[in-house]
Amino acid sequence: MTNHWVDLKNSDCIFVIGANPAENHPASMLWINKAIDERGAKLVVVDPRVTRTATRAHIYAPLRSGTDIAFLGGMINYVLQNEKYHREYVTHYTNASVLINPDFRGPADLDGLFSGYNPETRSYDRSTWTYQLDENGDPKRDLSLQDPGCAFQLLKRHFARYTPEVVERVCGTPVDKFLAVAEAFAATGEPGKSGTILYAMGQTQHTVGSQNVSVMAMLQLLLGNIGMPGGGVNALRGESNVQGSTDMGLLYNTLPGYVPTPTAKGDPTLSAYLEARVKAAGKGYLQNTPKFFTSLLTAWWGGNATAENDYLYDYLPKVSGNYSWIPLFEAMLTGDIRGLWIMGMNPAVSGPNARLERKALAQLDWMIVQEIFDTETCSFWRGPDMDPASVGTEVFVLPAADAMEKAGSIVTSGRMIQWRPRVAQAPGEAADDIWIFDRIYRELRGLYEAEGGAFPEPVLQLNWDYGSPPDVELVAREINGYWTREVVEDSKTLGTAGELQSGFAQCRDDGSTACGLWIFAGYFYPRDDGDGNVLPSSKRRGTKDPSGLGQYPFWGWAWPANRRILYNRCSADASGNPWAPDKALIWWDGEKWTGNDVPDFPATRAPDAAGGDDAFIMKADGKGGLFAALNEGPLPEHYEPVESPVQNLLSSQQNNPVIKIWNSLKGEAIGDNIGTPDQFPIVATTYRLAEHWQAGGMSRWLPWLAETQPELFVEVSRELASEKGIKNGERVIVRSARGEIEAVAMVTGRFRPFRIDGRVVHQVGLPWHYGWRGLATGDSANDLTPHVGDGNTMMPEYKAFLVDVHRKGGR
Amino acid sequence: MIVGRRQFLKLSAMTAGGMLLPAEFALAGEQVSLPLHKPIGEAQTICPYCSVGCGLIVATGPDGHITNTEGDPDHVTNRGALDPKSVSVTQLSTSPHRLRKPLYRAPGASGWQEMEWDEILPRIARRIKDTRDATFEEKEGDVTVNRTRSIAFLGGAANNNEDCYAASKLMRALGLVYVEHQARI
Repeated sequence: MTNHWVDLKNSDCIFVIGANPAENHPASMLWINKAIDERGAKLVVVDPRVTRTATRAHIYAPLRSGTDIAFLGGMINYVLQNEKYHREYVTHYTNASVLINPDFRGPADLDGLFSGYNPETRSYDRSTWTYQLDENGDPKRDLSLQDPGCAFQLLKRHFARYTPEVVERVCGTPVDKFLAVAEAFAATGEPGKSGTILYAMGQTQHTVGSQNVSVMAMLQLLLGNIGMPGGGVNALRGESNVQGSTDMGLLYNTLPGYVPTPTAKGDPTLSAYLEARVKAAGKGYLQNTPKFFTSLLTAWWGGNATAENDYLYDYLPKVSGNYSWIPLFEAMLTGDIRGLWIMGMNPAVSGPNARLERKALAQLDWMIVQEIFDTETCSFWRGPDMDPASVGTEVFVLPAADAMEKAGSIVTSGRMIQWRPRVAQAPGEAADDIWIFDRIYRELRGLYEAEGGAFPEPVLQLNWDYGSPPDVELVAREINGYWTREVVEDSKTLGTAGELQSGFAQCRDDGSTACGLWIFAGYFYPRDDGDGNVLPSSKRRGTKDPSGLGQYPFWGWAWPANRRILYNRCSADASGNPWAPDKALIWWDGEKWTGNDVPDFPATRAPDAAGGDDAFIMKADGKGGLFAALNEGPLPEHYEPVESPVQNLLSSQQNNPVIKIWNSLKGEAIGDNIGTPDQFPIVATTYRLAEHWQAGGMSRWLPWLAETQPELFVEVSRELASEKGIKNGERVIVRSARGEIEAVAMVTGRFRPFRIDGRVVHQVGLPWHYGWRGLATGDSANDLTPHVGDGNTMMPEYKAFLVDVHRKGGR
Repeated sequence: MIVGRRQFLKLSAMTAGGMLLPAEFALAGEQVSLPLHKPIGEAQTICPYCSVGCGLIVATGPDGHITNTEGDPDHVTNRGALDPKSVSVTQLSTSPHRLRKPLYRAPGASGWQEMEWDEILPRIARRIKDTRDATFEEKEGDVTVNRTRSIAFLGGAANNNEDCYAASKLMRALGLVYVEHQARI
């Protein structure tokens, strides 16, 4: 989140799209309700069905799964045509005024494509998407926003096609409902008002997921809502520490702190790597990457990493392609991946095209799983779809302590880090994950010392000594960062050996700081909790809230630098005065920025100094991107999901032109099959329940939760049920091109048929929590979902695919 | 002595890292003695389910298992409110289905066999080393890549930052490039 949970109370309009907070983030409703009760805020929900959140909304509008860009694009068009944008904010804080390359063309001219498309490589040459530069190399601007070549005017032209009538035809949202949403949210464009957008997997789990997020960010930039209390672009993340696990770099393309993984092609040497990062950073804060990267290498290989050996840069593995989830399982299916090591995941239930992914597991030589229950993944080899005698995978299951049974920290969706002590005893011989890693590392080190082997140095020289048994607080100190030696500058001692860093500004590129995760720097540094107790920052439980905005600066520690609301420079106008007194975050006091948050801006740079309005310090040009390149374009364009019941009404480019289509075992019973509407005419989506959790490992084994939601159901409209002769409560079969499952039919009024371009399109929904293990069992909805992903992240398109439904025992 | 609820929690937070457990668990000399009918520990922690990060108060019995879970009224985000999952943390702790011992499944086998830690961990290390050594790539053309594309790591969004950091560091030190988890899907 750019903002945080308690901050929701400061909002004037809470717009929920692709999320269901009442169900899946229940405590958030405390703050949403406070905004409604105390500020008169409106809750607006846009969703394919009437969710539990929608029942609390002032305005609910339905939309067909997979048409968010059409809807949000329609809202941008509304805001532009009705001049509801926050003009001063847009002019100063975004790149609206920048003149774009005159050779740029967009979908309005190129029938759904942008200039530079190569159909063979299914990728874009971005050279026509660039800024026009003046003689100093700075972007040319028209601050009046009138020049037809400026980003603002290109935006206007691009979204002019997204009229309310088009929204109705594509999304199935009646025009009056769409306009009610647009009008309510556009009102937050008024200076001093703020609206927040809450979104989750309903926005991201699409082949256009990244552009879905982009269009929400653009809407918020136009309305001046970023950096404001009660505003922002707020991802309601899933698991308790998915924010932290992402921050720690457990994705193939990032190291801890979003430092990119080196690539073989682009980063053959340390200097090439650092040069590329600094160049891409422009004026942005990531020009400091050399300090963070060197500090990471120093943390990982300690004193072995020196300037002379390029800080052992070559010890880091380099990537030569896309190794994300879907390609990973495709490589497992072909036998290229031989061993799989899992910590706390259940892909047998949660993976897309789950039958294909379980088949992939059966190709492995070996699999290690650190788990708390014997899940569908642990026991995949004896699942209902497997013959154990023909599964050669050797499986090692290690019993793990759960979250209450070990100490450590987690990060909320609002970037707040909270420390948890060990509060319960793990059962039997279950062990901490850190103990497991430590033991396996020591075994490996022993083997490499005794036998040698392939390039053992990164293992043997690893800076790994957390005690025996390992002390998690020693790991925390390394993540936080510490000085490796005494450093004196201008007669001042900056730090002494072993001393904790107070923040990432202390990171240096010379081996004198070892810091595992720069954005966390300071999280373990001792600070006052507001009540006179000094303790590691993330352990604090200080309840003082001096501003009354709910910032709670003394509770835990928010990354980065305990900044609670990102881009907070935008909460003040060009002169440094807050847009509204009840939304005052930071302001210029004549000498420095001060106020109710840590300024997200150079503390002593005056508003009228050079760069005084470069409010987005992480961007290369310091401005919010209304025109900003992703793989499928610098502007979001509607494309249909890969499995869609209709033709794209915006252009003849049916699907996202840059996505990868996989073809493994195509046409076979288990394979990368794509369904067509003649066989599978019904739109399907998957979602979550309040009573279960993800793939069920933490909920379907518990009697209380099993009792509340015992079985898989498919949610079906009354109209569709009537068409198919299906009665509420009877068993039905749901089929896709990839599999078929059995579910109980839940016939409700929460789904209504959509009218898409004049014809009826039905939609159904299924919770995806179920599997054959545990107390509450059922078929896995992911047996139906496709193995295709977003054009930038390859996040699977779980949210919009095609099925057919019929009564069990009859069609 | 009469102790109010919030005082009780503050006392328990000051002793033995938040647990009033039998003497072998408590730090010597720091245990607080109170006139209770049954020994009970109470501590404040954070819920392990969604990303709101609500405050919990868990009560533990003398064996260290959770006997009760409720909302922490002092937590600034949830103010004592909870949802169905967070109150069920109790059942996570006490479930008879929790894995208690390492399990091994041989290729082609139809069932599990229990195995001691001291036997299973060396076997695991042997597998990792043999696969890594057999598939390690030092170079791609002229460029040093120092990786193996034949081992993958998945996990874990319910794990602590420190667990995840250790995983991220160890897997890269081993040369893994297929490193992914819930955030991708």
